[in-house]
Amino acid sequence: MAHVILQSVSKVYTRQSRQFLFRYVWELLRGQRRQRSRDAFYALRNISFELRDGDTLGIVGHNGAGKSTLLNLVAGLTAPEEGLVDVEGRLSALLELGSGFHPDLTGVENLYMNAALCGMTRQEAERAFDRIVEFSELEEFIHEPLRTYSAGMVMRLAFSIAVQVEPEILLIDEIFAVGDKDFQKKCSDRILEMRDRGTILICVSHAADTLRELCKRGLWIESGEVVMQGEADEVFDAYLSRKEAGRPAS
Amino acid sequence: MQYNNYSFLLRNLVLRDFKIRYRNMSLGVFWSLLNPLVMMGVLTFIFTQIFRPPGVEDFYLKVLSGIVVFNFFSLAWLSATVSIYSNAGLVKKVPMPRELLPISTVLSNGLHFLIQIGLLVVLVLHAGYGVNRYWLLLPVIFALEGVFVCGLSLVTSALDVYFRDMRYVVESANTVLFWLVPIFYTFTMIPQEFRSVYQYNPIAAVVLALQAVVFEARMPPAPLLIKLPLVSALFLAVGFGIFRRLKRNFADFL
Repeated sequence: MAHVILQSVSKVYTRQSRQFLFRYVWELLRGQRRQRSRDAFYALRNISFELRDGDTLGIVGHNGAGKSTLLNLVAGLTAPEEGLVDVEGRLSALLELGSGFHPDLTGVENLYMNAALCGMTRQEAERAFDRIVEFSELEEFIHEPLRTYSAGMVMRLAFSIAVQVEPEILLIDEIFAVGDKDFQKKCSDRILEMRDRGTILICVSHAADTLRELCKRGLWIESGEVVMQGEADEVFDAYLSRKEAGRPAS
Repeated sequence: MQYNNYSFLLRNLVLRDFKIRYRNMSLGVFWSLLNPLVMMGVLTFIFTQIFRPPGVEDFYLKVLSGIVVFNFFSLAWLSATVSIYSNAGLVKKVPMPRELLPISTVLSNGLHFLIQIGLLVVLVLHAGYGVNRYWLLLPVIFALEGVFVCGLSLVTSALDVYFRDMRYVVESANTVLFWLVPIFYTFTMIPQEFRSVYQYNPIAAVVLALQAVVFEARMPPAPLLIKLPLVSALFLAVGFGIFRRLKRNFADFL
């Protein structure tokens, strides 16, 4: 059973002076947790939620609210200074367009590379190969180097891999910004299908409307703190009305 | 995150490095052969025509054997040291075991090393040296060198994230090591009082073992065969330990 559990999680950044670095590395080596210093800056403060099979969470907030940091924590890319992050299950993360792609490698080579990065074995990747290519609609170009691809094509390939590796947890960061309408439709259909089969989905966007269809639960954060948490529609409505009122949320 | 199987990922990372390195170059993988040959040519010219050390038989072959071993070590170490930084995109945005980055870089350099070993074997056989049973030890010794570089690189690559000076430290260390590995001189030329220093230099040990086996058809000295696995295993264990602690917040510092 896959789950994502965050308990009172905080992420603290500190101004990185040279002196600081030496002390920081020394503390890491000794396995100590960092003392909070005067320069500490909370990127996230006291975030908690719990997601189990089939749960879908949409995270909204303005630029710099801490949305991406939150996804990074769930993906295990960075560690919290306070609280507990407990993630169990095969995770696939679409956090940045084409991360893990190399321009000089062909579509096929990049496909296998990324399938491996998503945790697939060779057999699984070979079995999924046709499905991924078909979903991406890139049959004609799949043997060309990636540098000849347009941004939309790269996105299609990345997305096709991420949704075809059968993740138990799928993280998406503002990914719907690219690609044509038809492909976006196809992707959200596929995500809904995965959700119905039990995939946990966490989506991040500053545009709440793109999340409505996909997410049942909503989380609104600003300046690293929770403004509102609960039913997706209520949270998104509140977020949008605050946004339209032109007041930057605190 | 569950990775039931790292081997497919590791394989992909190794092949990616290998493919990218020489892709879009007209000579491609031949650079793996040309580089050591050029080095061998220059060193042989200088030390047989300009400086004339007491006659060493087949000087060029001994130079090449030293260069091949040293090149693998220095290139693998340097490129693995910067591997976390140069794969910042992966480290920041893709959840994966970060240990695989320096290790795959070392292994991909290992592929070039194998090509160069092939070149050495061809030249050695051509010069009339025979194959002997101690050759069976060579793959083990080379593997131990790889293990040693992996251990070293795990430490330096993790530190390089926090202190970008690390790559210059490694570069300087490589320059010093080049002179401290018996590439263009033989072990017997080293004054007695300095020989013990060489005993603690794993790369010198690998070169000496290779030369003993190939050119003298004898078993490498026993202390060397005991120390090399111990040192390699120790470095690997320490490397993994340090890396595991330092990798926690890599993404915040790239």
